[in-house]
Amino acid sequence: MSSIRKGLAKRKFDALVIGAGGGGLRAALQLARAEANVAVVSKVFPTRSHTVAAQGGINAALANVLPDNWHWHMYDTVKGSDFLGDQDAIEYMCRAAGHIVVELEHIGVPFSRLDNGKIYQRPFGGQSQNFGGEQAARTCAAADRTGHALLHSLYQQNIRAKTHFFDEFFAIDLVKDDDGYVLGALVLEIETGEPLLIEAKTTLLATGGVGQIYRTNTNARINTGDGMGMALRAGIPLEDMEFFQFHPTGIAGKGMLITEGARGEGGYLVNKDGERFMERYAPNAKDLASRDVVSRAIYEEVRDGRGCGPNADYVFLKLDHLGSDVIKKRLPGIRDTIMTFLGIDPIESPVPVYPTVHYTMGGIPTNRYGQVVVPLAQSPEEPIPGLYAVGECACVSVHGANRLGGNSLLDIVVFGRAAGNHIIEFLKENRYHRPMHQAGVDQAMARLTRWEQKGDGDTVDGLRRDMQTTMEKYCGVFRTEELLKEGVAKIIEIQNRLPDVRLRDHSKVFNTARIEALELENLIEVSVATVCSALARQESRGAHSRIDYPDRDDEHWMKHTLFFREGRRLDYKPVRTKPLTVESFPPKKRVY
Amino acid sequence: MSGLEPANSSANLAAGEAQRRLHWRCRRGMLELDLLLQGFLDGGYARLDERRRAGFVELLEYPDQMLLEYLLGRMEPVDPVIADVVAEIRRSAHS
Repeated sequence: MSSIRKGLAKRKFDALVIGAGGGGLRAALQLARAEANVAVVSKVFPTRSHTVAAQGGINAALANVLPDNWHWHMYDTVKGSDFLGDQDAIEYMCRAAGHIVVELEHIGVPFSRLDNGKIYQRPFGGQSQNFGGEQAARTCAAADRTGHALLHSLYQQNIRAKTHFFDEFFAIDLVKDDDGYVLGALVLEIETGEPLLIEAKTTLLATGGVGQIYRTNTNARINTGDGMGMALRAGIPLEDMEFFQFHPTGIAGKGMLITEGARGEGGYLVNKDGERFMERYAPNAKDLASRDVVSRAIYEEVRDGRGCGPNADYVFLKLDHLGSDVIKKRLPGIRDTIMTFLGIDPIESPVPVYPTVHYTMGGIPTNRYGQVVVPLAQSPEEPIPGLYAVGECACVSVHGANRLGGNSLLDIVVFGRAAGNHIIEFLKENRYHRPMHQAGVDQAMARLTRWEQKGDGDTVDGLRRDMQTTMEKYCGVFRTEELLKEGVAKIIEIQNRLPDVRLRDHSKVFNTARIEALELENLIEVSVATVCSALARQESRGAHSRIDYPDRDDEHWMKHTLFFREGRRLDYKPVRTKPLTVESFPPKKRVY
Repeated sequence: MSGLEPANSSANLAAGEAQRRLHWRCRRGMLELDLLLQGFLDGGYARLDERRRAGFVELLEYPDQMLLEYLLGRMEPVDPVIADVVAEIRRSAHS
């Protein structure tokens, strides 16, 4: 190890940003424009980050189509979060939204227009006027490629502002000193297989979500929770990890989403007997019941042996009765996807579907400035000096127990910018790099050298598959005490198998197997956090739905979960119910 | 994969590196692209001739959104070699 250390290459920056999605790039842009020396580390080419997949749009109460204001947006977001969202952060985000959208337009995002030249806004689920009244139209979009447009614009602006990019570098671990300051990170150049120490006065984690802990998910394969794993290993807890947004109709075995629009147009679900089973679970709403009800119904049909296909592990979504014209006109994108991946035409054949994981509400705890905050002696939210987090890897928490459509792009841009601004202030007060902490570097390096062990053992692919199927079965849409207890035991067993995993390929140049092994470590860290947090929360709130505790329990559970890696310890902190300037929205039953 | 075999020649080594590099470049921002490109690299790619292999490498340089349009059959590439490669990937998607 010491021989590697001796030759360890080093670079110094004011700010290090890990992750090049919308959150990381928005923060980097703010910093580079303020003439900070900023580095962005990304394991893939930046414009291939998962932000590119966000098609829906970005919410802002511009009132271009229907009456609107930020306070109504705030109400919807608090209610959508099932009252677990922090109301100070939510107020901040909703107030900033209008300004943020105009700013995005000015850096080149081509928002769709109305005839009068104003930005077009479409209605989305969960949006209301006047605190729960008529439908609002709040989502600004650049056709169906808002994420793509946003990411490319931000990348180009960063190039212009001279942000330094480390493309195809993988972050191994944060480096901390004994006083708790974060000093930067050890990263790995994928091309050469050489480690590089990046020293920075501030480090921002913006590594995205972690849908890949589940077998069926809509996330790109890069979404492996690398920042969350790094935080856990640095002694930082993860907040509210039991809250994952599931969508009932993903293409079975693949994960891609088939929008609710398909059922909205008259599509319905059947089991192996051809029965429209939703009539039993939700006699009124049937196939248009809420996402969690439909997801659980599918799970139960499969569990009870009424699934379709050779392994009886999915149900069918029937669209063929809608007729060719309706499908071609109203659902063309869905038809393309189904035909491409399944080789069947929904005009003629039913589509195999299963619930799919879409979004990670929990993450690294932060305040509204993007500072990572942890419980210490003085308060439950003390900042870790030099460490920030934004976007899906963070929990600020604006989404609480469930996220509204159109709020994820808003989250990353608002808090990316806010973190950038706070870092600029921090840099004014902290003008010099702190001395490097060799023990911290050695610890990070050990994570890398561990994979040089040779011999026989489990494979990375095998263990990842076991983890994903275990999470789906024991910590999916159907959660009970018994099932979750079993899930905890099984995931810990999988974690215990990790030291026995060996790589077959020990080459240095572009050793992607090694990267996948490092990702697996992160995935398993987060899986443990998720299943332990889910077992402890004995209520149903937002996306966390417990069969044995079907109701929300504000008296005991209106609080944020904090999972610590050491000893798999759980702690809790209060929800910030006091907004910045307006009255608090007290919890009430969430009915749509 | 050559990583599993003894690295007995520089040609083997280079081929292994090239394959791994492609494997990483098939990691994209969307699940749809991951499934199509990685699936194809593990399957149909080996059967391509040199010209089409070069076409595949070129295709990987395209932005994700454009790749999605091509690979879901919503648009057709103008370049005939790229169009061929896209057709191959689409054929292999559900085989």
